[in-house]
Amino acid sequence: MSDKPRLAVFKFASCDGCQLSLLDAEDHLLAVAEAVEIANFAEASRDITPGPYDVSLVEGSITTPHDAERIREVRRDSKFLVTIGACATAGGIQALRNWKDVRDFTSYVYANPQYIETLSTSTPVKNHVEVDFELRGCPISKEQLIEVVSALLHGRRPNIPSFSVCVECKRRGTPCVMVAQGIPCLGPITQAGCNGLCPAYERGCFGCFGPMESVNAASLTGKWMEMGVKSSDVVRALRTYNAYAEPFREASDAIAATE
Amino acid sequence: MTTAPVILDRAAIDAMIGVIEGRGHRVVGPVVRSGAVVLGDLSSTADLPVGISDEQTPGRYRLTARDDEALFGYVVGPSSAKPFLHATGVPVWQGERTADGSFATRKPEAPTPVAFIGIRPCDLAAIGIQDKVFLNGYRDGVYGDRREGVFSVVVNCVEPGGTCFCTSMGTGPRASKGYDIAVTEVIDDEEHWFLAEPGSDAGQEVLAQLGAAPASDDERVRVENLLVDAADRMGRGLDTEGLPEAIKASMESPRWDEIAKRCMACANCTLVCPTCFCATVEDETDLAGLEAQRVRRWDSCFNEEFSYIHGGSLRPSTYARYRQWLTHKLSTWVDQFGEMGCVGCGRCITWCPVGIDITVEAAALAAAAKEATHV
Repeated sequence: MSDKPRLAVFKFASCDGCQLSLLDAEDHLLAVAEAVEIANFAEASRDITPGPYDVSLVEGSITTPHDAERIREVRRDSKFLVTIGACATAGGIQALRNWKDVRDFTSYVYANPQYIETLSTSTPVKNHVEVDFELRGCPISKEQLIEVVSALLHGRRPNIPSFSVCVECKRRGTPCVMVAQGIPCLGPITQAGCNGLCPAYERGCFGCFGPMESVNAASLTGKWMEMGVKSSDVVRALRTYNAYAEPFREASDAIAATE
Repeated sequence: MTTAPVILDRAAIDAMIGVIEGRGHRVVGPVVRSGAVVLGDLSSTADLPVGISDEQTPGRYRLTARDDEALFGYVVGPSSAKPFLHATGVPVWQGERTADGSFATRKPEAPTPVAFIGIRPCDLAAIGIQDKVFLNGYRDGVYGDRREGVFSVVVNCVEPGGTCFCTSMGTGPRASKGYDIAVTEVIDDEEHWFLAEPGSDAGQEVLAQLGAAPASDDERVRVENLLVDAADRMGRGLDTEGLPEAIKASMESPRWDEIAKRCMACANCTLVCPTCFCATVEDETDLAGLEAQRVRRWDSCFNEEFSYIHGGSLRPSTYARYRQWLTHKLSTWVDQFGEMGCVGCGRCITWCPVGIDITVEAAALAAAAKEATHV
């Protein structure tokens, strides 16, 4: 057994896109493999060794009784637990079920829905166990993932900001798409981390990194409606990958209640 | 040094760009990108937003077409000299682990000095303000290395924008100092020319190479009248008389609460502001632990972590952060640097996604403070 820190990757209800970010880290992947022992990463290797693990990356939301049980085992086996992506940190797009009756869905999808054992909600990992660090995004930024691993390895604080996407747009010199082109953008209430990706291609931010540190959704959505966006479309914009994150959830519920 | 103004045409402006580039500058000027006039690399007047104008109101900016071929027929867009001088995302130092296990650091190389073509008087004044912040007493390396050798061709504003209030702040519409060459564009159905005045020896040297004719008295008077007229056509105004004191007397004003309902603490105002100078440094390491660097990036008093000290953020609410920003700009900056930290460029008004207007808020605070002292 090596003396390198032991890394594990776990998946719950998710699309695998976030853990793929680790495989997609290209140049950095070899350096990661050099710096840590990849002890449990089913998507990368069949060589799965039991815990405990120094760092566990957890992808996906908790949607079944089995998940709810298993996440406690993962917590027990992990010294440092990092949730990765919108599913693990906010419940993901599947949290749209939280506004509906999930039994209706199963009756449409499955021939024999009586065999489906699922929870009525999709919830973030932090609702079930203590989480040490969260990486947002749908998917996460591979730069941020490498940054967290690098910071943990060298005992320093990760540089993961919680301010708005606007800061990243301004740092990279992107003219504001909302002000200059009238494009509705969630950037002012969305957490940075993507390096202002969508506005750099003249698209509005769709909030995939979830709520920033001090969300004033009423001000932004009021402006959107002033710009001519229908309230049903505002609700839809807030209810995507981070629909169940509290500030987005409260904002969409408040607007939906007026419809 | 002679200061006699000369008359240039568009070809002479092109020649001037060439001469300045030949002196070893990276030439930067207004260009159109993603629906806005920003400062970018410039090789000739063809790169300028020719025949373009802009409409600016709180929270809204649109490019419009002019019916002429004016080179400078717009005002400031979101970018100023700040990204070039108070640069963001640049290493303060870099270092690597050496063979003997110790650590060697190196200072990053200074970039090629920039020449600004078509910078506006407000932005030139903003450079003067940042000079006081970064070079007065203590020399900041990141700023100082970029500031040295800068060449400025300022373009005086004959058509102020909808959120401009430089007249109130005493920074425009005509540049009074700090430039190498000052240009005023004159265009109508019959003619199109530029009056250029040197403001430094370097500026005089550049103009001398263009072989331009001296300006006549008529031409000088015409420019004079355009600039006097422009001063009266500001989109906004701010009464600065007694304002620093009035803001200080407004610390408990209910107005801040009201602003915080609209303010999203997104930080746009501070980042487009040409004088806002706040930055953070972040230490970065590679996975192997062989290389490290300290990178400086723009920060903002609207970010929660900006005022974080042991135990929490000093300014946890948007209320406190907006109050800090406006108070610093218009009041405590005076205590610190002897002048206000605002040049009247109007960017914080235009580029606020929800259109919060500093001139309106400051006037409301001042009016309430005045009323309170008279009670």
